[in-house]
Amino acid sequence: SRIAIRRPGTDSDKNARPLSLSGHVGFDSLPHQLVNKSTCQGFCFNILCIGETGIGKSTLMDTLFNTNFENFESSHFEPKVKLRAQTYDLQESNVRLKLTIVNTVGFGDQMNKQESYQHVVDYIDTQFESYLQEELKIKRSLHNYHDSRIHACLYFIAPSGHSLKSLDLVTMKKLDSKVNIIPVIAKADTISKSELHKFKIKIMSELVSNGVQIYQFPTDDETVSKINTAMNGILPFAVVGSSEEVKIGNKMVKARQYPWGVVQVENENHCDFVKLREMLICVNMEDLREQTHTRHYELYRRCKLEEMGFTDTNPESKPVSLQETYEAKRHEFLGDLQRREEEMRQMFVQRVKEKETELKEAERELQGKFEQLKRLHSEEKSKLDEKRRSLEDEINTFSKKKAATELLQGQSFNTNANLKKDKDRKK
Amino acid sequence: MSEVAVPEMMMPPPAMPAAFQVEKPVPGPGMGDFSYVGIDAILEQMRRKAMKQGFELNIMVVGQSGLGKSTLMNTLFKSKVSRKSVQATSQEKIPKTIDIKSVSHDIEEKGVRMKLTVIDTPGFGDQINNENCWQPIMKFINAQYEQYLQEEININRKKRIPDSRVHCCIYFIPPTGHCLRPLDVEFMRRLSKVVNIVPVIAKADTLTLEERDFFKQKIREELRANGIDVYPQKEFDEDAEDRMINDKIREMIPFAVVGSDQEYQVNGRRLLGRKTKWGTIEVENIAHCEFAYLRDLLIRTHMENIKDITSSIHYEVYRVRRLNENNTAIAHANGTGQILS
Repeated sequence: SRIAIRRPGTDSDKNARPLSLSGHVGFDSLPHQLVNKSTCQGFCFNILCIGETGIGKSTLMDTLFNTNFENFESSHFEPKVKLRAQTYDLQESNVRLKLTIVNTVGFGDQMNKQESYQHVVDYIDTQFESYLQEELKIKRSLHNYHDSRIHACLYFIAPSGHSLKSLDLVTMKKLDSKVNIIPVIAKADTISKSELHKFKIKIMSELVSNGVQIYQFPTDDETVSKINTAMNGILPFAVVGSSEEVKIGNKMVKARQYPWGVVQVENENHCDFVKLREMLICVNMEDLREQTHTRHYELYRRCKLEEMGFTDTNPESKPVSLQETYEAKRHEFLGDLQRREEEMRQMFVQRVKEKETELKEAERELQGKFEQLKRLHSEEKSKLDEKRRSLEDEINTFSKKKAATELLQGQSFNTNANLKKDKDRKK
Repeated sequence: MSEVAVPEMMMPPPAMPAAFQVEKPVPGPGMGDFSYVGIDAILEQMRRKAMKQGFELNIMVVGQSGLGKSTLMNTLFKSKVSRKSVQATSQEKIPKTIDIKSVSHDIEEKGVRMKLTVIDTPGFGDQINNENCWQPIMKFINAQYEQYLQEEININRKKRIPDSRVHCCIYFIPPTGHCLRPLDVEFMRRLSKVVNIVPVIAKADTLTLEERDFFKQKIREELRANGIDVYPQKEFDEDAEDRMINDKIREMIPFAVVGSDQEYQVNGRRLLGRKTKWGTIEVENIAHCEFAYLRDLLIRTHMENIKDITSSIHYEVYRVRRLNENNTAIAHANGTGQILS
């Protein structure tokens, strides 16, 4: 049977006909179903804190999440910038959050800070890469995958009161297309209110003039656009962190106690901590996660795949599937491999031949020498033989002569003896 | 049209929470007033995002003509989502092929927007020779998976990939009262592997309660005997609570439904129903038929779960198969004959 597919209006939302319902259907519970499902699964949130050693990153995290993450002070003598990631399971009412905090160690401590940002960039890319790998697997489990991609990057600006450091600008510029950057002014209790105002303006104008794209709180949803727009104007947040509590009135509040007064962390007149917490967690956590996935990760994925040579359309502008490209590439690679293998084999064969000829040469030489020696030897031998023969001849001749002489001698003796006898008889 | 007063009870006890309420974030145990972090505000953020994005739902209805598929859809969504097939006056036209008609609607309720796509399959089971009737439907379902897969592996991807995958397939069983027919068994056996199947007994007002129970039991036995896993599938229960709820549902399927888009006056209220000489069948009365249970399952409680299973299980199975066969095919084409991974 043939399929006749008539699809008026499934290609885009615009073509779907709007329809009015005559009664309560009940799918208004969908958002609740969705939320319930997510609550069961739990959420994942990853924060990266970049800042110089001792600027207050760990303390701020402690204050923000109202816990005491096990932190230890880092030394100022790290040869290279490192990143330390720690994962925690937090729970508030019925929401479970898997929070990963990544801190830079030794940022800004080196004499030569040229490579400082590279480790951070590499770390972020590594997380994207492992997600990409999982996504490209044949048998994948994105459902259970522990998402380690950085959702928010808090960049801690030192409270100099003047302007951004060049390290800050360079680092933020390298990171702005990879992660949502939220700049904060650390240890803001060292700056007076008026100085702070000027400082903030200076920072923002420097960021703009250098083209650094920091994270903007989204203003398209009417529920939150007002507060987000207001907060966008207060960036960067001037924060103070503290895990110590001081008694104010009859309450214990998080604060820093100085001889001249108490800086209350959660007092909005004192610092922007509450605003940061509000924006980062209560209002925009989901948007941060979404931006990371749909913007930063997609950009990484696109660049990575294009770098590997994949395209969506081939030179004839016909759509090419990823599979085809991948297979074509693999085919090419294998062909390459085969060719190289062939080359190596040929080279090997040639070498063997050469060696063979060499050896044959040597053999021939040896053979020649051997023949020569043999000839010499036989010559010598024949000479010797001759000599021996002549010697033997001589010996023979001599012994003959000797025998003859002896015979003669004997005869002559006998003759003499006979003569003597005769003589005697005669007498 | 006035609001229909419907008993809000959803499933047989223990019931799911009748009304979904927004829980005001409360600081957890061990946290005082001043130490509220606000992590649970993410629930509200998610809700807002979901409302803004809207939802998509694709339902397929399969069954012989005349079983009341279009009427049921209209009853479910309280609007004319399906146009009933118009019969030619002089002769009944039996289509020579199985058509697959897909119609989309934008509906909205209390601020929640949904794009509902109803996929109709007129001609299913109507021919004389119904062998392989499941093929065009299987092909359609796989084509949707394929389309999604292609979008997903693009380099430049859309921000939100339009989801046209069939989330749920409602299979209409004619109310014979005896047992499943070979067509039913064959279809459900094959399709339950690629899509969530929800079998329903159509036009259940022809069965008495005893006949209905007997029929349901017979069907359940046959499904079990043939290894057909209909929604909710046992193997996808996530935890004990889930299993408990789903077990109760599994004891009730297939739902015996009656559809109607006409209202009648009953006891001073206007209700959807079918008026006959021997009484009026109230569609949403659980004493009369199980339409309310079907609606609650599909829409009010398990819709998200149905979509979840489609995307994380059925689609993934298709994807694995597809990517593997691609590898084999291309390996063969390269003359290596070897599957290189």
